[in-house]
Amino acid sequence: MTTQIDILVGSPTDKLAPGNKPTAGDQTVSNYTINFGPQHPAAHGVLRLIMELDGEIVERVDPHIGLLHRGTEKLIEYRTYAQALPYFDRLDYCSPMCMEHSYVLAIEKLMGLEVPLRAQYVRVLMAELTRISNHMLNLGSHIMDVGAMTPNLWLFEVREDTLQLYEAVSGARMHANYFRVGGVHQDIPEKVLADMATFLDKRMPLFEDAISLVADNRIFKQRNVDIGTVSKEDALAWGFSGPMIRAAGIPWDLRRSQPYEVYDRMEFDIPVGTRGDCYDRFMVRVEEVRQSARIMRQCLKEMPSGPIATLDRKVFPPKRAEMKQSMEALIHHFKLYTEGYHVPAGEVYVATESPKGEFGVYLVADGTNKPYRCKIRPTAFSHLQAMDFMMKGHMLADTTAVLSAIDVVFGECDR
Amino acid sequence: MSSPAPLIKAREGLVDAYRVAIGDAFVASRDYVGELTVTVTRDRLVEACRIARDKFGYQQLMEIAGVDYPERPERFEVNYHLLSVTHNHRIRIKVTTDEDTPVPSVTGLWPVAGWLEREVFDLYGVTFSGNPDLRRILTDYGFEGYPLRKDFPQTGYVELRYSEAEKRVVYEPVQLPQDFRNFDFLMPWEGPEYRLPGDEKAEAQAPGAPSPAPAGGPQKVEAKAQPPQPKTTDTPAKTGAGAKANKAATKKSKAAPKAKASTKPRAKKGDA
Repeated sequence: MTTQIDILVGSPTDKLAPGNKPTAGDQTVSNYTINFGPQHPAAHGVLRLIMELDGEIVERVDPHIGLLHRGTEKLIEYRTYAQALPYFDRLDYCSPMCMEHSYVLAIEKLMGLEVPLRAQYVRVLMAELTRISNHMLNLGSHIMDVGAMTPNLWLFEVREDTLQLYEAVSGARMHANYFRVGGVHQDIPEKVLADMATFLDKRMPLFEDAISLVADNRIFKQRNVDIGTVSKEDALAWGFSGPMIRAAGIPWDLRRSQPYEVYDRMEFDIPVGTRGDCYDRFMVRVEEVRQSARIMRQCLKEMPSGPIATLDRKVFPPKRAEMKQSMEALIHHFKLYTEGYHVPAGEVYVATESPKGEFGVYLVADGTNKPYRCKIRPTAFSHLQAMDFMMKGHMLADTTAVLSAIDVVFGECDR
Repeated sequence: MSSPAPLIKAREGLVDAYRVAIGDAFVASRDYVGELTVTVTRDRLVEACRIARDKFGYQQLMEIAGVDYPERPERFEVNYHLLSVTHNHRIRIKVTTDEDTPVPSVTGLWPVAGWLEREVFDLYGVTFSGNPDLRRILTDYGFEGYPLRKDFPQTGYVELRYSEAEKRVVYEPVQLPQDFRNFDFLMPWEGPEYRLPGDEKAEAQAPGAPSPAPAGGPQKVEAKAQPPQPKTTDTPAKTGAGAKANKAATKKSKAAPKAKASTKPRAKKGDA
């Protein structure tokens, strides 16, 4: 394990009381503070940690965030609802469609908009593909952060395939901008659906292979078991969600408890940890990948035909072919791409189960075509805050394991 | 079938029970699209939250969101989003405050509130009394102002660049080559009542054809009659072209033909 550290403060007389002067020949040992990041391969982005160490034991961690703050919430207040959507891709750039999901659901809830069944299936299908894609990155880098190389390379191969599917569906590998209020942007061709089935059949074995290399590996367990343990009570008090709260032993999954879209029709299991340590978090995510694959298979099997977006032309634009023939369609298109739609005044908080946890959007609409306020509830914010108590008493080298198991992405944390 | 948003089952009689439990801390409640909002008085917020957590089972504080309404006497709203994992229900507790009055901190109930309150402080300038570590969190080191207030411009006040001369990052006032454009979109399909200037006595125009869009009713907007101002481009500043990019652009190259020199020979030819 190589961790680059910069020693910032190392005054040996810091902790001495005035009347307690060292005599000649005494060794004075005191805590020292080191700076981790913001440029560090294990920081998963731009995280700066100020760590107080007693020898190699971490006494206190003060994460400094906001180095990737782009003022997304401010920008959204000046954009129409449709223009604000791409900003969500750029929040958690490892699971873009799940970010869009909360936002479109919030608007649809305010408008009371119905979404056709096929669109709901497509959204669930893509959300689960996103979950697989996100976990491939996180599991791989977690393994790499604690010292193994090969599984990461294999998992990246799987992730590459998910990105290919992303591109086939939305036209972009990462910043998809695919979900729309009222449905999704484009229908998925049959060929791509078939490709997804092939992906599940062909690629899941590779994932299992990669995991089998580490799941029972002695070194991997030594680096993760009993590291960063969180009890049920702590998980609740610190606002944990997603794999973090499930690893602590609370079976809480928004897809099951507050089902949105067609999740109530899906059959899937919710993995729960027993000890609440980094290893549990890792294994919860591993099982989630399997369950996501299961949900995707059900979606592919049951997906009905039909429209992929609402037919309310005041919200969703008509097809281009229609615009060539119909004056109405042309007007609707023009109005939607200049003015956009108006959302009735009100406030709403919609949270979905993103791969990292509860991703919420608190939307205040004032009846115009722009959001009055769009508060984004990032998952990493509460998890990263808990880092201080999770790290207390652990070794410096455990920082990377705890950080990886949080699954933090700074686009979302800093907004 | 309604919208596909997360399905949350309503808790029967929750509002009344909660209202009785918190007593005169209760200000108002609203149930909108299945979401319950309870406004409480600011000084008894902690008590109201404790009752919600201990007696009503809202174990988790998921989010604290500030909202700014500059036209109100107490301009800031602070919204606490609570979640009950046992009752599978959400509730929003709301308090209002202004720039100077601190909101009591709930860090004693939920340690997660530490950063969430720091964020509201950072972006809105709302202070929280009792928060042990109320520093800025998202904005830059040494940032001034509260960026999510409505009177803070979208572009901010300073921009930074790397100065080759000083070999460091320097902060400078924002210079925009073009003003930020804000279009009047308060003219929905339904149409507001527009009155032409000087035509105030005429009957108000009927709004346009009603639309099936569930836009929550048209926004009544009083069109402001402004004296006509002719558009002029007397000075370069009014053309909207902005400042010159750099000094090199103002120089004329030697190869460029001079206007006078080119007309003279032609005139001679014409004479001949």
